[in-house]
Amino acid sequence: MTAGSGSKTGTRGSTVELIGSGRLRLATVWLGGCSGCHMSFLDLDERLVELAQVADMVFGPFVDVKEFPQGVDVTLVEGAVTNRTNLALAEKLRARSRTVVSLGDCAVTGNVTSMRNHLSVPDVLAPFSNSEDGTPLAMDYSAVPELLPQALPLHQVIAVDGYIPGCPPSPARIWAAIECLLRGEPVHLAADMLTFG
Amino acid sequence: MPVITLTINDELVSGRRGESLLQVIREHGIELPTLCHMEGLSERGGCRLCIVEVEGSPRPLPACTTMAREGMVIRTHTERINRYRRMIAELLLAERNHYCAVCVSIGHCELQKVAADLGVDHVRYEYLSPKLGMDLSHERFGIDHNRCILCTRCVRVCEEVEGVRTWDVANRGVKSLIFADLDYRWGESVSCTSCGKCVQVCPTGALFTKGAVVGEMVKDPGMLTRILEGRDKKEWEG
Repeated sequence: MTAGSGSKTGTRGSTVELIGSGRLRLATVWLGGCSGCHMSFLDLDERLVELAQVADMVFGPFVDVKEFPQGVDVTLVEGAVTNRTNLALAEKLRARSRTVVSLGDCAVTGNVTSMRNHLSVPDVLAPFSNSEDGTPLAMDYSAVPELLPQALPLHQVIAVDGYIPGCPPSPARIWAAIECLLRGEPVHLAADMLTFG
Repeated sequence: MPVITLTINDELVSGRRGESLLQVIREHGIELPTLCHMEGLSERGGCRLCIVEVEGSPRPLPACTTMAREGMVIRTHTERINRYRRMIAELLLAERNHYCAVCVSIGHCELQKVAADLGVDHVRYEYLSPKLGMDLSHERFGIDHNRCILCTRCVRVCEEVEGVRTWDVANRGVKSLIFADLDYRWGESVSCTSCGKCVQVCPTGALFTKGAVVGEMVKDPGMLTRILEGRDKKEWEG
């Protein structure tokens, strides 16, 4: 696979106009998830080399960049929106990305991160913030971002352009989605790649 | 049985009087998604996934509870029907807590498969996240109301095949719950014979064998057919 010339990418008559050099500016974001989706991304193995030939990783846990950059072509987002930091980053990445794709069940459905949703936030935090027998607290809540009332799927917070279900999505699913994106097409996965869980 | 003719997706097909639309449609190789339907049990028409367009009816009708009649004109996969089916699958997923990733039935769940086959890649409705419990009081089985889609296969198999009706539905609408012996804990039910048929016919991870962990609850879909065939052939007599 080679990068398209000029402002295009992909190998089969792409329609996406890329910002800048003609290489895909790709970001990944880790919100309220376990990082399993990012592990699955790493399991793309040799396809990562293929991807590196046509794309630049501009933000994410794999990149030493502190601020989400401007002008991103595609952002893959792992995790539900469960705290204020997630919310702020979700809004920023939406404003700065052309295409946003939910990566994995927590971003798509809320999944395990949202299993707290039938509890109130004080009830969720109670086991961590009460110390009845005088032992040190397990968590300093003033040092971590404030929880939102509910953990939400990404598309209930910002507009999302594509979905890769799975917990985690298999590397085959992630690659099938990336191939769509490199061709400038919407993410389209076959039924056997759509199952949740 | 007298033969009748009807039109399905612009093709003239034949069926037998007394058959449901679902039977005729499936006999002709057309796939319709179902969840509450199960071969060997009475029809309920509850999940609405098998809805079809019937000429002359302004609203779609469930194929499982609509009898095939001479001259009917049926469409099974119109744009409207496809859209409704997907909405139904999404609403089922939004109504209770179907965390597929941590479900005993992942990989063997009919709801999981139906949703994927209908192209559900996300749910457009707000998740209700109801606070629902499990009943683990039975010695061998458990019921997790979080996974229940109220298809009532368990209620029907208990009454119609086992002849007991331990199970029934409490409350109405979104508050409905499967309950044993008019609200006893399952383990304290005096009518339950512990036959386990309800577990085997349950399409999701709502009814399961205790000890099954994530993905381990594999149901035996042929169980009901074997029992009913054996009964017809009187295999257990004499």
